[in-house]
Amino acid sequence: MKRREFNRKLATITGLGVGVTSGLLPVSTLASWPTAAFDTETVNDAKNALFGESEMIETDAITFKAPDIAENGRVVPVSINVGLNNIQEIALMVPENPAPLVTTFVMSDQSNVSVGTRIKMGKTSPLVAVVKADGKVYTASSKEIKVTIGGCGG
Amino acid sequence: MAIKCKAKMKDGMVEVKALMKHAMETGLRKDSKTGEPIPAHHITEITCTHNGNELLRCNMGPAISKNPYLSFTVSGPKAGDTIQLSSIDNMGETDSGEAVIK
Repeated sequence: MKRREFNRKLATITGLGVGVTSGLLPVSTLASWPTAAFDTETVNDAKNALFGESEMIETDAITFKAPDIAENGRVVPVSINVGLNNIQEIALMVPENPAPLVTTFVMSDQSNVSVGTRIKMGKTSPLVAVVKADGKVYTASSKEIKVTIGGCGG
Repeated sequence: MAIKCKAKMKDGMVEVKALMKHAMETGLRKDSKTGEPIPAHHITEITCTHNGNELLRCNMGPAISKNPYLSFTVSGPKAGDTIQLSSIDNMGETDSGEAVIK
């Protein structure tokens, strides 16, 4: 492996990368994982821990793609499409899970994005997305997803 | 290099799909034989970078399924560019992967 390539890979592996020194985009450090938000037990607490006490605006610009019935709560494929400008952060929550916050996506000032992943769901629940875009906090919830076998252990 | 990753241009945006290998233990499960709780062990952060610029960061909780799959769109990079993905879990283990945009 060439030295330059090796350095680049090393920078990627250490997670900090060259982004810290270049300063072109909002820079994060590893310490930024929002522990407090992941520990909360309600959607509202998680929202407050992430985005502060600001008011949530209901919107239909956020759409969900998820199954009606999830036979196995351990693997539920979901995706969210957000049609807003200057999206800063997308948080996905499952209100009925022991800890509702599933994941957050921190974007670099983008518009019209879709994100997808596979999540665990403890029991039948809708999905809630909370999106920070253009300095405002938007929210939307999906229809209920029926879970026949829970996926949160126990 | 255990993150499998694909990236392609779609409507001027880069569509990235990634698959990681990880147990993603929630910390809520118990060992079926001993009854001891299995400690939480899950990925906390995945970062997508292009030329050192951070494009997207995903903070994952334990409620992401085992062997996480992630798809997202980002803008900026062009076809032929390489994007890097790196992950770190709550025990400090890191992983990475990269893909050339088609």
